[in-house]
Amino acid sequence: MDLTEFAEQVGPSGRVSVRGRSTRTVRRVDGVTIDRVVSAPSGIVEYHPDEMTITCGAGTTLGEVRQITADRGQFVALPGSGTVGGALAVGRSGIDRLGVGPVRDTLLQATFVNHCGQLVNVGGPTVKNVSGFDVARLLVGSFGRLGFIAQVILRTRPIPTASSWFVVDADWTRVTELQSALYRPAALLWNGQRLAIRLDGHPDDIAANAARFGLTALDGPPIDADGTLYRWSVAPADVPAVIGSAGQQVWAEVGVGIVHHVMPQPDRRATLNHIEVRLVDEFDPQRRLNPDVVFPQ
Amino acid sequence: MTRRADDFHAELARGVADIHRNPVEVALFDHDASTISGRAGVVVYPTSADEVIHVVRTCHRHDRPFVARGAGTGLAGGATPLDGAVVICLTKMNRVLSVDPINRFAWVEPGVLNLDLSRQMTALGHDLHFAPDPSSQQSCTVGGNVANNSGGPHCLADGVTSAHVLGLEVVLSDGQVVVLGGEEPEPDGFDLRGAFVGSEGMFGIATKVCVRLTQNPPTVRTMLLDFTSVRDGADTVSAIIASGMVPAALEMMDALCIKAVEEYVHAGLPLDAAAVLLVEVTGLVSDVTAQAERVAEIGRRLHARTVRVARDEAERALLWKGRKSAFGAVARIKPNYYLHDTVVPRRHLPDVLDEIYRIVDRHELLVLNVFHAGDGNLHPLLVFDKREPGILERVHAAGEEIVKASVAAGGVLSGEHGIGLEKRDYMSLMFSEIDLAAQAAVRCAFDPSGLANPFKVLPSPASCGDIQHVPEGAWI
Repeated sequence: MDLTEFAEQVGPSGRVSVRGRSTRTVRRVDGVTIDRVVSAPSGIVEYHPDEMTITCGAGTTLGEVRQITADRGQFVALPGSGTVGGALAVGRSGIDRLGVGPVRDTLLQATFVNHCGQLVNVGGPTVKNVSGFDVARLLVGSFGRLGFIAQVILRTRPIPTASSWFVVDADWTRVTELQSALYRPAALLWNGQRLAIRLDGHPDDIAANAARFGLTALDGPPIDADGTLYRWSVAPADVPAVIGSAGQQVWAEVGVGIVHHVMPQPDRRATLNHIEVRLVDEFDPQRRLNPDVVFPQ
Repeated sequence: MTRRADDFHAELARGVADIHRNPVEVALFDHDASTISGRAGVVVYPTSADEVIHVVRTCHRHDRPFVARGAGTGLAGGATPLDGAVVICLTKMNRVLSVDPINRFAWVEPGVLNLDLSRQMTALGHDLHFAPDPSSQQSCTVGGNVANNSGGPHCLADGVTSAHVLGLEVVLSDGQVVVLGGEEPEPDGFDLRGAFVGSEGMFGIATKVCVRLTQNPPTVRTMLLDFTSVRDGADTVSAIIASGMVPAALEMMDALCIKAVEEYVHAGLPLDAAAVLLVEVTGLVSDVTAQAERVAEIGRRLHARTVRVARDEAERALLWKGRKSAFGAVARIKPNYYLHDTVVPRRHLPDVLDEIYRIVDRHELLVLNVFHAGDGNLHPLLVFDKREPGILERVHAAGEEIVKASVAAGGVLSGEHGIGLEKRDYMSLMFSEIDLAAQAAVRCAFDPSGLANPFKVLPSPASCGDIQHVPEGAWI
């Protein structure tokens, strides 16, 4: 399937829902009739390791992207399994956000299908671009409510020479000391007693830091990298309070503010603000794109 | 002065103290650092968000367009007021409001100068800095950086302004205040923060910015490689990236630029080189040492004549001074310059540079190239003497051809200067009408009145409050 066919499937009318591999938790509204379920084109279109860019259909699996980029010593900072489009539309970052940045910074250009069934290009093909408004940023985490992502250009990064997990006993004071002292750790996960640390870089630097700060080697991350529990998004300074009141063991991303929790986060916004309403009015006046998806969520 | 205008000014003065109507003073705000002139109406210097809200509300009530402005260092006419727009100058809102050195962010007002922010972190004893470092960083403001999504040499590894803005407090064109993004990593709803960054003052006015701060690297190594051909230099850039390194900076200068800079700062640059590459690798010591070795090895394989490693901070500063003073150095060649800003895929750098030399020859002009080679961001600097009859027309014609050549090579219109008025009418080189309608739709969602910095970025202001006409007094 090419881009035009995908656009035709979405078309100018009817209630349409887009699916990737359904590997991510997406809350849906019961009882909404959907006329068509569509899936974005898949496949790598172009890969330029020396440009640090890869072009692929939104339906391409992350596994395929990982394989082709790993062959050239690179990766794309999109977490989990499933598809590229799914990772972008949901927009949740991985547990190494501290090191690799948020999902939104991975997307350079997107071609999406709008509510009229037309293909729209936003962003640009180069790693640096300020030509026009940054509409691509809006698609990340939009759950398909502004349009369905068809094809993207993503930024790739070099795979670090070495990457190792460690653990150390730490109260919050010790956590903040290590947070200040370590140079750009890739991940810091804290459960109230122990701090798990991922260090990326040159093996000698990793070994020197492990020795200097008394870190013990760990086989891998203490939680599933995809984060199967509820995610809370809080100001990083609020992490100790959230951990303290959790009642059970939960892990928090220190310096980021994601808490992998056992309960859903209270007090999340259920309605759109007035700018968002106007955005949806502009991008999908008939509310026909993913009307079954709860947004915001 | 009409009654309506008097009412407007009287109402403005009720809620903002620092207000300027003297024509001589106001005329200073007719343009930014570009060659594009417009016409400012009244100029106000708010000192608080409340004053900004008052000014914007008053403009909204009287249907007056307004332009937010920082230091006015923009090069695309983004802060050039048209049709007597109210200029809201934010340079007096320049406080750092709070700093969280552990989680590495700070809330600042928009008028804080880019370099001052990093200097204040040092003064407070924090080993942190604000990563975007445009060449104008001594005088440009954080608010301006947000409006333009500014870059700089060190954005190759650390990303442009958008990656360093976590949250914003914004006054919308009707005077409402909204907070976009924030300290938490995944606020629910659309990434309105991301859309606002780079919106060139057309979505509202940021009155507070939550900026991400970056750790200072413990080890820095700065190297200068010189080549007898531009192509070898450009190939070295691609080979470095392809080998799995993202240096903190990868900057290139061509022969004429080397000559101008060397005569100006005496950094010991080789005057017979066709190109020099300034490469900086940063991080922990073993990593930096290994990367520096690999850079040198790749350079030598691709015919670098010498690889000079800065021995100390003084030599490093001297090499960077050479790079950052290129724009000052050109004054020794010709009194005026026009600085361009396009991006091309790195693999096309040598071909596009050749094309630029041909374009410039055809128009009998001189060009210096000094640019962010690592991300393919070209900065052809056309130097001229504006007293020469007909020269401006040639400069503009050559500029247009350079922009078209860059886009034809798969590149983009602007890497860091923005679109403003300068490149507004080139937008259709990169975007279809449908693409542009999507951008206009976002503008409408933020500013349905169209009063925030009208007539910029979008070529045919066909929607919202913008009226389709050639802006009065605009000289492009």
